[in-house]
Amino acid sequence: MQFLQLVISGIAQGCIYGLIALGFVLIYKATETVSFAQGELMMLGAFGGYAAITFLGMPFWLAVLSAIAAMAVFGVLVERVVIRPILGQPAFSIVMLTIGIGYVARGAITMIPGIGTETHTLAVPYRNEIWKAGGLVINAEQVVVIVATALLCALLYATFRYSKVGIAMQAASQNQLAAYYMGIPVRRLNSLVWGLAAAVAAIAGLLLAPITFVHANMGFIGLKAFPAAVVGGFGSLPGAIVGGLIIGIVESLSGFYLPEGFKDIAAYIVVLLMLVVMPNGLFGEKLRKKV
Amino acid sequence: MRFIFKTDYAQDIRLVQHGGHAFWYSLLGLVLAAAPWLMSEYLLAQLTFVLIYGIVGLGLMLLAGFTGLFSLGHAAFFGVGAYAQAVLTNMGWPFPLAMAVAGLLAAAVGVVVGLPALRVKGIYLGIATLAFGFIVEEGFARWESVTGGNSGLAVDVPKAFGWAADGATSFYFVCLVTAVGATLACRNLLRAPTGRAFVAIRDSEISAQSMGIHLAYYKTLSFAISAALAGIGGALYAHQIRFLSPDQFNIIQSIDLLLMVVIGGLGSLHGAFLGAIFLIGLPQAISAVKDFLPEAIGNAPGLKAVVYGAVLIAFVLFEPLGLYGRWLKVRTWFQLFPFYRQGMFRRQKAFQKSERLR
Repeated sequence: MQFLQLVISGIAQGCIYGLIALGFVLIYKATETVSFAQGELMMLGAFGGYAAITFLGMPFWLAVLSAIAAMAVFGVLVERVVIRPILGQPAFSIVMLTIGIGYVARGAITMIPGIGTETHTLAVPYRNEIWKAGGLVINAEQVVVIVATALLCALLYATFRYSKVGIAMQAASQNQLAAYYMGIPVRRLNSLVWGLAAAVAAIAGLLLAPITFVHANMGFIGLKAFPAAVVGGFGSLPGAIVGGLIIGIVESLSGFYLPEGFKDIAAYIVVLLMLVVMPNGLFGEKLRKKV
Repeated sequence: MRFIFKTDYAQDIRLVQHGGHAFWYSLLGLVLAAAPWLMSEYLLAQLTFVLIYGIVGLGLMLLAGFTGLFSLGHAAFFGVGAYAQAVLTNMGWPFPLAMAVAGLLAAAVGVVVGLPALRVKGIYLGIATLAFGFIVEEGFARWESVTGGNSGLAVDVPKAFGWAADGATSFYFVCLVTAVGATLACRNLLRAPTGRAFVAIRDSEISAQSMGIHLAYYKTLSFAISAALAGIGGALYAHQIRFLSPDQFNIIQSIDLLLMVVIGGLGSLHGAFLGAIFLIGLPQAISAVKDFLPEAIGNAPGLKAVVYGAVLIAFVLFEPLGLYGRWLKVRTWFQLFPFYRQGMFRRQKAFQKSERLR
């Protein structure tokens, strides 16, 4: 029972990692770069939801939707203003750029007087509801995280599988130049992908908010999502979620069964082992260069 | 403008290209040697930090700027050096011996990281080093019998054979000599076949391999040298700061180090020191202009992060070659005065190429 309980809370936590990793993977697939600002986008989304409820007095669902929409617009803007001018430069530059964006986002939130340095609670309607089922104690928050992640995955899957935009995104992610020649607006798609990634990050932030509170440094959880993305195989959407679940469950179990301190680094030990054993991850595609 | 007419290959790799170099570098050396008498004690301490970070920067520059492998866990090597130095000095080892061991230990750790890192590239390597950095940081915090854990570890003054660098000035000279030595070592390394192999690996792994460069060997070597320099820097840092705690060697520090070499200018040894000046100088500059800003902005805790981020973004967007690149451009503009044209230093791919296959 204890074990199952730990696994469930691990899955809930893992879904958050998976959602952030999903953002990495979307951006990596589309633009071949990794966004280190994903955790900060998540933080901004959570703060957006908080601000919409507290200051604008919106009802919960409207606040959530508007925070997600605002983050999507923000993601598109970031791509348009900062990322696009340096397309074509080495991936390293864009990594540094996203680190810079992360710094600015974190600093800017901290600079808001009276709000930035505090921790807040997001007033969610399902707060503190607990279900008991056969000895298991399940928080409503965890259930919401798991259900929302599953729904989002289904939605993304359907988009990529059936919609025109999704198929165009797939094409662009496989070969940008070829996609461009086939008349796919690669640049516009990149903007869209950033918007999508930011929206996913905002959802992750809003889901995480009832569990850990909203504060300026909550974006550092993004660093745990890297292992999730690598374990699943960078560049694989289902891999991101599976990787997130693995990291979440390992973390939750090691927090209970291993000595203190292992919980914080379990994710990194897993990723190092993974890189040694299977550098391409569980679902990663193997690419080779032919001369 | 000085034209150097090269008539044989040896001229390409001469340490001092012409008299101007010799003149300006000896002037710089003189100024640095006279610094304790020119500066206030506070500025001298900052200059010492610049030298220490410059040494670490040299190491990271070799790895990121010349070999093209970037590390998000360099603070771990820095920390290994610092803790090794602290523990050994507190046991009564003489300073140079402790520093050598600190450097070697960091290099050994570097090899341990470098070996698995051989299999992965690009972002995977970044994440592997990131993971390693976290594990080492946690190790510092948990191995309390050696590192003192989260309550920290006090460090002795550097002592060697009856002589002790207990003043700011004498320790400054220790750092200066080490920094000059490290710079010369790196410069010579880059002139030698090893350094050229590093650059070849950075430019194209596949062509380097087909030229007969043993990728695994040189990548591991690069990691080891880089880690050793970071360890030596860490050893000096331990003495300068006199008190170590694990949070000095966290991911933020690693990113700061990377930021330092990027802003200094990837692929130039000058860049390591320019970046160090920047990294040490920016907080001073911010606190200097704070009083002129409106209260709400000047005293906000996030100001430093915003400025750091904005500067980093600005550099990547407008000056990918960093501070050293800016200096080169300014110099060339003056040298070529009417004939300088836009985009002389541009080395950009015409269309986005795939980096996944590199």
